[in-house]
Amino acid sequence: MTITSQAPAAEVGAARKRKEDARLITGQTMWTENIVVPGMLHMAILRSPLGHARISRIDTAPALREPNVVAAFSGRDVADVQGSLPCAWPVTAELVMPAHPPLAVDEVCHTGEAVAVVVARDRASAVDALAAIEIDYEPLPVVLDLEAALADGADLVHTDQTTNKAYTWIFDSAQAGTGGAVDEAASGAEVVIRRRYRQQRLIPAFMEPRSVVVDATGDQVTVWSATQIPHVLRFLLAVGTGTPEHRVRVVAPDVGGGFGGKLQVTPEEMITYLASKRAGRPVKYTETRSDSLLSAHHGRDMIQDIELSARRDGTVLGLNVRLTANMGAYLGLVGPGVPILGAFMYNAIYKFPAYRFECTGVFTNTTFTDAYRGAGRPEATYAIERIMDELAVEVGLDPLEVRRRNWIGHEEFPFTTVAGLTYDSGNYEAATDRAKQLLGYDELRREQAARRASGDPVQLGIGVSTYTEMCGLAPSRVLGSLRYGAGGWESASIRVLPTGKIEVVTGSSPHGQGHETAWSQIVADQLGVAFEDVEVLHGDTRTAYKGMDTYGSRSLAVGGFALVNACKKVIDKAKPVAAHLLECDVSDVEFADGAFRVRGTPDGGRSLADCALAVFAAHDLPDGVEPTLDADDVYDPVNFSFPHGTHLCAVEVDTETGRVTIRAYVAVDDVGRVVNPMIVEGQVHGGVAQGVAQALFEEAVYDADGNLLTGTFVDYTPPSAADLPDIVSDRTETPAPDHPLGTKGVGEAGTIASTPAVVNAVVDALRPYGVDDVPMPCTPERVWQAIRNGGGQS
Amino acid sequence: MTRIKLNVDGVRYDDDVEPRTLLVQHLRDRIGKVGTVVGCDTSNCGACTVLLDGVSVKSCSVLAVQADGKAVTTIEGLAEPGGALHPVQRAFHERHALQCGYCTPGMIMASVSLLADNPDPTDAEIREGLEGNLCRCTGYQNIVRAVHDAAAAMADGGGAAPPQVPAQAAPEQREVAV
Ligand code: FES
Ligand code: FES
Repeated sequence: MTITSQAPAAEVGAARKRKEDARLITGQTMWTENIVVPGMLHMAILRSPLGHARISRIDTAPALREPNVVAAFSGRDVADVQGSLPCAWPVTAELVMPAHPPLAVDEVCHTGEAVAVVVARDRASAVDALAAIEIDYEPLPVVLDLEAALADGADLVHTDQTTNKAYTWIFDSAQAGTGGAVDEAASGAEVVIRRRYRQQRLIPAFMEPRSVVVDATGDQVTVWSATQIPHVLRFLLAVGTGTPEHRVRVVAPDVGGGFGGKLQVTPEEMITYLASKRAGRPVKYTETRSDSLLSAHHGRDMIQDIELSARRDGTVLGLNVRLTANMGAYLGLVGPGVPILGAFMYNAIYKFPAYRFECTGVFTNTTFTDAYRGAGRPEATYAIERIMDELAVEVGLDPLEVRRRNWIGHEEFPFTTVAGLTYDSGNYEAATDRAKQLLGYDELRREQAARRASGDPVQLGIGVSTYTEMCGLAPSRVLGSLRYGAGGWESASIRVLPTGKIEVVTGSSPHGQGHETAWSQIVADQLGVAFEDVEVLHGDTRTAYKGMDTYGSRSLAVGGFALVNACKKVIDKAKPVAAHLLECDVSDVEFADGAFRVRGTPDGGRSLADCALAVFAAHDLPDGVEPTLDADDVYDPVNFSFPHGTHLCAVEVDTETGRVTIRAYVAVDDVGRVVNPMIVEGQVHGGVAQGVAQALFEEAVYDADGNLLTGTFVDYTPPSAADLPDIVSDRTETPAPDHPLGTKGVGEAGTIASTPAVVNAVVDALRPYGVDDVPMPCTPERVWQAIRNGGGQS
Repeated sequence: MTRIKLNVDGVRYDDDVEPRTLLVQHLRDRIGKVGTVVGCDTSNCGACTVLLDGVSVKSCSVLAVQADGKAVTTIEGLAEPGGALHPVQRAFHERHALQCGYCTPGMIMASVSLLADNPDPTDAEIREGLEGNLCRCTGYQNIVRAVHDAAAAMADGGGAAPPQVPAQAAPEQREVAV
């Protein structure tokens, strides 16, 4: 084929509609729960009704007499083969790591912990037969309060441990050589502000309940799981069960959301594996929503003690952060590391000269905590953005002005922070100016003053959040220095088929992010092929054998880098083939606009498809030319990605009822160059919704006995459409200088930014009442109480 | 066991069901309509929404026996027989009103029902009308936009030539070739 057409329009930057949608909008989706394997049985799990107890007796034999039951077993039956669930992030050498058996053996340490299972012909029979299992518990003291858990003589969460403290992890800028000592900074400061903020416990609440099918009947173990991390699961399943890794295949089919909640190697996956082994049949387990809320890992749950010192003019001098982080009863896959991801973010976009961070991880008799959208960074951003507002009040400045006096100027990048990170690029001024303009900031401030002056029962508050975050997880060396168990690279493979169609294999396994669309756009531009001619494969370790999966806003920041590199390798491999077809020297071949041409010859030329067909036939390739254009790349990032932005929220607070209404929400995000603005906007919308949910609606609550009171969607209330506002979203664009596409991560930005914007707005509305804090979620009752009590923390 | 007759997406199915069987279980496990999904066990999420004689119901809150003699439309029966998408399906695609897509079957069916009741809803009416359907991914804004677009398209008589939705094969279909 001779190329005559014009250069194709650039795909990157276009709001391409998603390829994924066709199956999702017609009900053709392959959820794990839809998978049926011949001979498959169904499993039901008996869970502990107690927060802490010894299992004095357990007998599953009666369940075997129930109809359709094929197998029933408890932790005791598999004690010597089930192993312990992995924690891949032992943040300190001294970390206390209690054994985490998938099925409890002698002791249950949180309600919802799995104790026994029934495997039956159908799900209803399995569930019914659970009632026949005989089990006696001896209750043990339940440890729930973080500070009480650390006190001398406290009851123990695990009776075989001597402490409830998991670890203490410290960063001190004076020791690291990245800044001064915070104590000195505070002693010389004109202003010192101390606050305690509470990050309530949240539940990721992905809409697709977790589901897993395991076929361990043959030589090959096949696992289909609603997971974010098929590759990590494969590795850990092989290591944990002793199955040779090459005999383990993990498939993440279509996955219905994760938000960190499916970044886990779960007890349920391991138990289903054990069940398939014991029953000699494929087995499926799908959790109910109640099971999910109770036993899938939770997120957040920290006490944040913050001390900020500053000069009277608002210049910050030091930041001292002490965290107490609730691990729950066990250490999740990356659970101990979640607060540590925040350690580098408390200083945010501000030029603190001194910084100290100390985190103590604490066990309690609750469901274990782990990553939830943002993982450590929303918590950090909340604390710093809340206390910057307190500083603004203290020194009598507008909250945006106090930020401006402290933030890194756009001309100062790259900038190495007091936490030791080097921010690559940013323009906080531009994002803030745009956000102010879109909100009508000055006008709203005037309205606020008028309402305050007239004593309007409905007060107006304006909340500010000028955030940044570190994402694109992560440089492997940094992960190693933080004692994380794996690397942070990502892979991409390109297969050029003989007809010129392209298969792209990505190791980053999506669950709603739209990789199939965005990756197609990138490859279309890089290789000069049509968007429609690219097929993106992922999530099956047989086709996508190498990957680190999707979390930490890493897919494009890291995986996109690998993808571009792989495309470049394809072009390099095609050049000698093109030279052969063009009958010229390879040094005279150039590739542009989808065509290989002889340099200086605008007409004619050969496409990648021509080269693909030539290597397929391979009849007369020059000596030494390998007959393939396929190429792989594995990219290990040299730095994190640092998106940023300014979110502004205006709320109306009815001071008579405590009801908060979001009147306007503006999100201006700078995520570098954008591959697909429609997808980016969608990520911002969804992210903001989850951050607003933390600010106003959601909290996982345990009673004094360790029962989860928010165990259904009646009590744990993700917001509906009626609860959320329209948001105005816009972008500024400061390219990532080190990324070939200039992109930064976006998946978590909205969640990180929005929670403090909303709470700052609520508190701002109530300043005339002496209120300087409202604990999250800011329900009408809490807001009303704050008004009644007046005052706050100061 | 009770004998029931259902018309699901235009096909008649006669089955013996246990009285406790939920309509959603019957649709998924017996009839094979796995496009309709389950998101909760308290009738709060709306993921399982279908039309029963044209009216939206949460199929997890209806017993299969209660649907006896009725017509059920699921997400799989919404497009026209020739494959042309329903305007609501089209609008969800055009407006990026889905991410993971798990809420989508229910959200689309609830939107179809909402527009049948109120062909020209305001933003607030859409948000309130979809209150029983949870989405964790989108923040709902694009869903609201999509419902508006669908309303406009349906007022225009369903819109002319539907744009093609570019597609990738579902993961399981790909697996077969491996
Ligand atoms: S599954 Fe029916 S409402 Fe949730
Ligand atoms: S698109 Fe994922 S829950 Fe709605």
